[in-house]
Amino acid sequence: MAVKDRVPMSMQDPKERARNFLPVALGYSEEEALAEASRCLQCKNPLCVGGCPVSVNIPGFIGHLKKGEFKEAIDVIKGTNNLPAVCGRVCPQEHQCESKCVLGRAGKPIAIGRLERFVADWESRQGEITVEKPASNGKKVAVIGSGPAGLTCAGDLAKLGYEVTIFEALHTPGGVLIYGIPEFRLPKDVVKREVDYVRKLGVKIETDVVIGRTMTVEDLFDDGFQAVFIASGAGLPMFMHIPGENLNGVYSANEWLTRINLMKAYQFPEFDTPIKRGRKVAVIGAGNVAMDAVRCALRLGAEKAMIVYRRGRQEMPARAEEVENAEEEGVEFYLLTNPVRILGDDKGNVTGIECVKMELGEPDKSGRRRPVPVKGSEFVMDVDIVVMALGTSPNPILAKTTKGLEAESWGGLKADPNTGRTTHPRVWAGGDAVTGSATVILAMGAGRQAAKDIHEYLASGRTDW
Amino acid sequence: MNEILAKRVLTPVTKLIVVKTPYVAQKAQAGQFIILRVRENGERIPLTIADFDREAGTITLVYQEVGLTTKLLGQLEVGDCILNLVGPLGVPAELPEKGTVVAVAGGVGVAPVLPKCKAMYERGVNVISIIGARSKDLIILEDEMRAVSHEVHICTDDGSRGFHGFVSDKLKELIDSGLKMDEVIAIGPMPMMRATCEVTRPYGIKTWVSMNPIMVDGTGMCGACRVTVGGETKFSCVDGPMFDGHLVDWQEAWRRANYYRDEEKAANDHHCQCGGGK
Ligand SMILES: Cc1cc2nc3c(=O)[nH]c(=O)nc-3n(C[C@H](O)[C@H](O)[C@H](O)COP(=O)(O)OP(=O)(O)OC[C@H]3O[C@@H](n4cnc5c(N)ncnc54)[C@H](O)[C@@H]3O)c2cc1C
Ligand SMILES: Cc1cc2nc3c(=O)[nH]c(=O)nc-3n(C[C@H](O)[C@H](O)[C@H](O)COP(=O)(O)OP(=O)(O)OC[C@H]3O[C@@H](n4cnc5c(N)ncnc54)[C@H](O)[C@@H]3O)c2cc1C
Ligand code: SF4
Ligand code: SF4
Ligand code: FES
Repeated sequence: MAVKDRVPMSMQDPKERARNFLPVALGYSEEEALAEASRCLQCKNPLCVGGCPVSVNIPGFIGHLKKGEFKEAIDVIKGTNNLPAVCGRVCPQEHQCESKCVLGRAGKPIAIGRLERFVADWESRQGEITVEKPASNGKKVAVIGSGPAGLTCAGDLAKLGYEVTIFEALHTPGGVLIYGIPEFRLPKDVVKREVDYVRKLGVKIETDVVIGRTMTVEDLFDDGFQAVFIASGAGLPMFMHIPGENLNGVYSANEWLTRINLMKAYQFPEFDTPIKRGRKVAVIGAGNVAMDAVRCALRLGAEKAMIVYRRGRQEMPARAEEVENAEEEGVEFYLLTNPVRILGDDKGNVTGIECVKMELGEPDKSGRRRPVPVKGSEFVMDVDIVVMALGTSPNPILAKTTKGLEAESWGGLKADPNTGRTTHPRVWAGGDAVTGSATVILAMGAGRQAAKDIHEYLASGRTDW
Repeated sequence: MNEILAKRVLTPVTKLIVVKTPYVAQKAQAGQFIILRVRENGERIPLTIADFDREAGTITLVYQEVGLTTKLLGQLEVGDCILNLVGPLGVPAELPEKGTVVAVAGGVGVAPVLPKCKAMYERGVNVISIIGARSKDLIILEDEMRAVSHEVHICTDDGSRGFHGFVSDKLKELIDSGLKMDEVIAIGPMPMMRATCEVTRPYGIKTWVSMNPIMVDGTGMCGACRVTVGGETKFSCVDGPMFDGHLVDWQEAWRRANYYRDEEKAANDHHCQCGGGK
């Protein structure tokens, strides 16, 4: 029953989904998955694999899937990817695996992400996964941060017999997967399941521990850990430093999303943490984080939810799919528009943003055309909430409190891109803490590489560096 | 983890608890705080570490029941555990090694002032404390403060005990009486800290305050705790909570602290209607 065109995935109706936090994309049914899988040519020299940062054996798992061998399919994926239910949902596949698939030359590439998601979700429906906890080799490794980089490194090392403890600053593990990416794109029970899997491998997760405050990296060595992997992400929000930025109603995207996702403020007052449900919400920026923030605003009941971005449509860094989803849901886009001042009333609450129109000039260092203000084009937008989604940088706390651990001037930890080794012997680092905000799969890849190198180091019995 | 080992009711709305949390106790220093959560659906709220005992692995928290989370915390008894507790957060207070320091504390502000007085007293600073409350029954931790101060002045708004008036008025009286002081530390409700700063400003006496903005994570990740100090935006949880009070933008701080007033009331009402269940 080979089909020619990519099997579409059913989605919640845009009007409806814009008002709820339920999943937007509903996933393939078994028939749909088999139909889509049947299109795969099972290439001898599969280009798709080269597009995946962790080299998932794509034809391998799809081959099993075609035959209805779901268990075998998931085992193949898990050979290289600990978090398939997450990656299947949030990987930018159009730039990765799917961009390389041969079928893309003449038509639509195989929907690799959707198939990956299908197989992972199939597994979760089979009830409790049993995992054989590997025998301990008696060596202890500490991991700082429980985002995708930390979870992957911990999982890989646990499989090799290491006794791994993850230390997490927040009260729930998962990193950005828990506090940043919203429920409607990545349900939290999916993340919880992946975290549980890592726990089943024998990894201990200590929440409510800020390394650098509660304990230092040196304390970890004193406690008998032989190696430390830093996966603390890039959690520091940026602001524009324009007048009015500290008015009530101006949020960083981190605060906005943390209140909504981690603290479940959208269920206030069943949950105790409040959030302001703005009527007219402007999100500044046009990356994935901005799209998540603006779509959350709609779901909190905003009449108008707007993206304000100083460059043009072509330059928007968000995934095309997310921009489309946002547009369908009714998000308005104010492109080539830059805020210069936030206006407030006598109570200190936001009432508007003064913006200036921009036009594109010469290309800048990033190769994108530099936006320049159009003289005299200032105008005021009527808004009551402003969310700043301008990007984030790594938190300096670990570099500051760990002697010998060096960071770049912008905050990223210095680490060998192939091994994750930092300037501190016995300390490795990876994920957003090293690269700045990137992707889930790259963070996982870094966690995997570091696990491999830590294993080589500890197995060699070397103590010098 | 986080077991409550002792509990004292200081006033009808102020409680003290001693919590077992060895890692936090090990690292705690005067001026730092913790963030806690009391139940699964709960909010994260910051409380100052009022005292710590590294040997026993405990910290002391003193809190006023002002809203839902502090009330729920008040319902926990000895033997109960606090669901989540993370710390110590914030930078330790920069305390002087010598000279004379006046510690001004209003209401529950005595709790955060206490560890600073203790640290200064132990290193030989001349500590003069002014503690105040609305009326005499609301004065807390008086004995503890006497143990770490060379002089203690009690003030009440209603005149039921000690000096009749605000702590800031008492401070003004001390300055006018010719007392030489090197620094002032003022902690308590925002209007009280602000008034104290206005008293010391004309004299150019360095005045430290402990800002208590709304916080979420407490690690520098969200920016909810922004305060403007000397024209610059600071994150209280990582740059503070102690700042030079003469440089703080008080009007902004006050507005930000009250941003969720309506929601806080709604949360409280909702909770009462549900009969205090989970
Ligand atoms: C809103 C949003 C949407 C995104 N959407 C996508 C998407 O669709 N697809 C995609 O591929 N990527 C997406 N990303 C990017 C992706 O989530 C990140 O690149 C990825 O999570 C980085 O993983 P990490 O493990 O390096 O760090 P994080 O996920 O940031 O995890 C770091 C963890 O370390 C903890 N931590 C920090 N400091 C300490 C400390 N001192 N002690 C203890 N713990 C500490 C933090 O609390 C956090 O839990 C998105 C990011 C955001 C914010
Ligand atoms: C660094 C710091 C140290 C503090 N130390 C103490 C202390 O030792 N003892 C004490 O009694 N209080 C202290 N506070 C204040 C305490 O955090 C608030 O009283 C508490 O959060 C109120 O929560 P609630 O749910 O009971 O009341 P709510 O009804 O939620 O709020 C009442 C008031 O508390 C403030 N508040 C609410 N939520 C937060 C939050 N997440 N973070 C900060 N403030 C909030 C608001 O100004 C609000 O108007 C401190 C605050 C900070 C920032
Ligand atoms: S992990 Fe991501 S990039 Fe790799 S195959 Fe899966 S969806 Fe594609
Ligand atoms: S390149 Fe495309 S068709 Fe070939 S194996 Fe990979 S997914 Fe299948
Ligand atoms: S509380 Fe989030 S940055 Fe300070």
